[in-house]
Amino acid sequence: MSHPFPATANATRVAPPLEAARAYPVKPSDVFLFGTCVIDVFFPGAGMDAIRLLEREGITVHFPQAQSCCGQPAYTSGYTDEARAVARAQIALFAGEWPVVVPSGSCAGMFRHHYFELFKDEPQTLKQVESLAERTFELAEFLLEVCRVRLEHTGSPVRVALHTSCSARREMNTHVHGRALLKQLAGVERVDHDHESECCGFGGAFSVRMPDISGAMVKDKTAALKGSGAAEVVSADCGCLLNINGCFEKQGDTLRGEHLASFLLRRTSPAAEGGAR
Amino acid sequence: MSTLADVPGVPIAFKRNAREALDDRQLRRNFRGAMDFLMDKRRSQFPDGDELERLRAFGNRVRARALSKLPELLERLDANLTRNGVKVHWAETVEEANAIVHRIVEQHAAKKIIKGKSMVSEEMEMNHYLGERGIDCLESDMGEFIVQLREEKPAHIIMPAIHLNAGQVAKLFHDKLEVDYTEDVDRLIQIGRETLRRNFFEADIGVSGVNFAIAETGTLLLVENEGNGRLSTTVPPVHIAVTGIEKVVENLRDVIPLLSLLTRSATGQAITTYVNMISGPRKADELDGPREVHLVLLDNGRTQAFADGELRQTLNCIRCGACMNHCPVYTRIGGHAYGTVYPGPIGKIITPHMLGLDVTRDLPTASSMCGACSEVCPVKIPIPALLRRLREEAVRAPEAEPHHVRGQGTKYSKKETMVWKAWRSLNTSPVLYRAAMYAGTRLRGLMPSTIGPWTAHRSAPRLAARTLHELAREHLGDQ
Repeated sequence: MSHPFPATANATRVAPPLEAARAYPVKPSDVFLFGTCVIDVFFPGAGMDAIRLLEREGITVHFPQAQSCCGQPAYTSGYTDEARAVARAQIALFAGEWPVVVPSGSCAGMFRHHYFELFKDEPQTLKQVESLAERTFELAEFLLEVCRVRLEHTGSPVRVALHTSCSARREMNTHVHGRALLKQLAGVERVDHDHESECCGFGGAFSVRMPDISGAMVKDKTAALKGSGAAEVVSADCGCLLNINGCFEKQGDTLRGEHLASFLLRRTSPAAEGGAR
Repeated sequence: MSTLADVPGVPIAFKRNAREALDDRQLRRNFRGAMDFLMDKRRSQFPDGDELERLRAFGNRVRARALSKLPELLERLDANLTRNGVKVHWAETVEEANAIVHRIVEQHAAKKIIKGKSMVSEEMEMNHYLGERGIDCLESDMGEFIVQLREEKPAHIIMPAIHLNAGQVAKLFHDKLEVDYTEDVDRLIQIGRETLRRNFFEADIGVSGVNFAIAETGTLLLVENEGNGRLSTTVPPVHIAVTGIEKVVENLRDVIPLLSLLTRSATGQAITTYVNMISGPRKADELDGPREVHLVLLDNGRTQAFADGELRQTLNCIRCGACMNHCPVYTRIGGHAYGTVYPGPIGKIITPHMLGLDVTRDLPTASSMCGACSEVCPVKIPIPALLRRLREEAVRAPEAEPHHVRGQGTKYSKKETMVWKAWRSLNTSPVLYRAAMYAGTRLRGLMPSTIGPWTAHRSAPRLAARTLHELAREHLGDQ
């Protein structure tokens, strides 16, 4: 284990902040999947791969068809009432005892942290929010800490770079889980990239409202990912992937980031190179 | 027709300023290098993550306690400073603060002022105000001296000339001070010091800022590394300190953790070279020190932040600058693009209270909410949460009550409000949502390849052929 505070700005912090520590339940028989709106229409394969990874662990996955968005776009844009209405609809759908697995640190962070702010004036709803927050797990975190997966690598050796979203890193502290999962794969070498802990510049509406600053950030990020020498790029957040892949494509580069769930399934299932893409 | 947005360097022109900064390769290199250096320095000061977390939590509570009794502490500060022989002045606006300073200057028929570093004096634009009245203000902090020579504003609250490299300073000194060109940093600093030295002794008045104003003892605490702060506050016969009302702390005990957090977070130093504690003018039996000490306490919008429990956290700030050092936006555009005295994350949350949300409308939006700032903030200001709150205030109807922030509703638009209402309907009606996503994916061929600003730096995102909702239903059944 490396020193928690490495000497260079490029290295990322390993030690989790104290408040990130949480207790984990025993592996359940059933879970909800909250697919997220970005995965729904841009990366549905990643959502299916998440479902298959969970099923492979013997878990029955429930996908409420009435789910939509966690509310974050309106929330961060300052349209709090609209965000609250959409959040309320999700809370109702995911009631009960089952854990809620989210293949995105960003949307999971909404459930776990920001819904408290949205419903701070509604004591009754807060009880449901508390229950939801308690049961919400980011996918990598869930696979590692709740399912205790032991993954076996089936493909050829490869070097990968892992981009962790800012919410996954700073709200959910799940960059450690993504890393740990990759580390289980014997043929997979995870390489650091320059300024790894720095934001890719997505930030939802930020990328549209401040396109020049966001553009400068994602250009630096793609250059860093290229410069790492990795043959593949993975991330557990599809918002970042929209941004990063769009920038790679615009630059005429063939490198594309893929969701961690897809990478893990593809690299560990007996039918290698399978998985819904 | 020219509008305010055409004037470079003001916050309303933020987007244009930022674009220009992004195109400046030299500036980008200077900032990236400097911020990397400062991040490393800070990190080396906090080898123990648990100690850091405990100290940050403590720092937060100490500041929160001080703010919870701010009016009372300010009165105690006033009483104890007065007892110590310091003259205390209260200013609601920068105009009042400048008038107070000017009155003191006139009482002493002062012509020349030497200044230690003070961001509040930047808020006041004191140099400009006094300069117009024939009074010469000279900055004695090396970074401030450099930006004053360049007729610029500070680019960083701790390191005002951080946007420049040695070559740029060498050229400046060669041009303005008529010295031989040298890029030797030690030599450049010597040149600066030699130029400044005699001015401490010629000045009629010394001006400084304050890091902590200690209520219990009536003490002004000031940290610095160059000795110019000590000279500015002790050599001239009159010392005027200017500070914001939020800088008050209850007692000396509270200062210890805050001071440790400040210097370690700011410059990565365990302690600064100088820590000055000023508790009054020269006493009858003392050989040196100023004969008169004044403190100007400035509000300038701070009470607006104070009045709101959430926004009040803005005033926790101890001005270490760590938020800007770690900000991916600041690192790329530098300090001047903000057009504000306080740049970076702290500038985005405090300046709306000083200038109004209308003038600073683009600042809260200029963040990806990555949280790097709040992660390092020594007093745990939840900066992304406060940015979000300011965004909310910016899009609320201008006439909506209660009114929390001057300039509320500056981004309010019926059209955008309608768009978000439609978004709400879509995302709260499962039938509508699925129908829309179904239609979207089926019509994806019609999606334009350029979509506004997004595609300037990226290709347009492509909708999948089928949604996860459909694939999951096929796989799991209708749930």
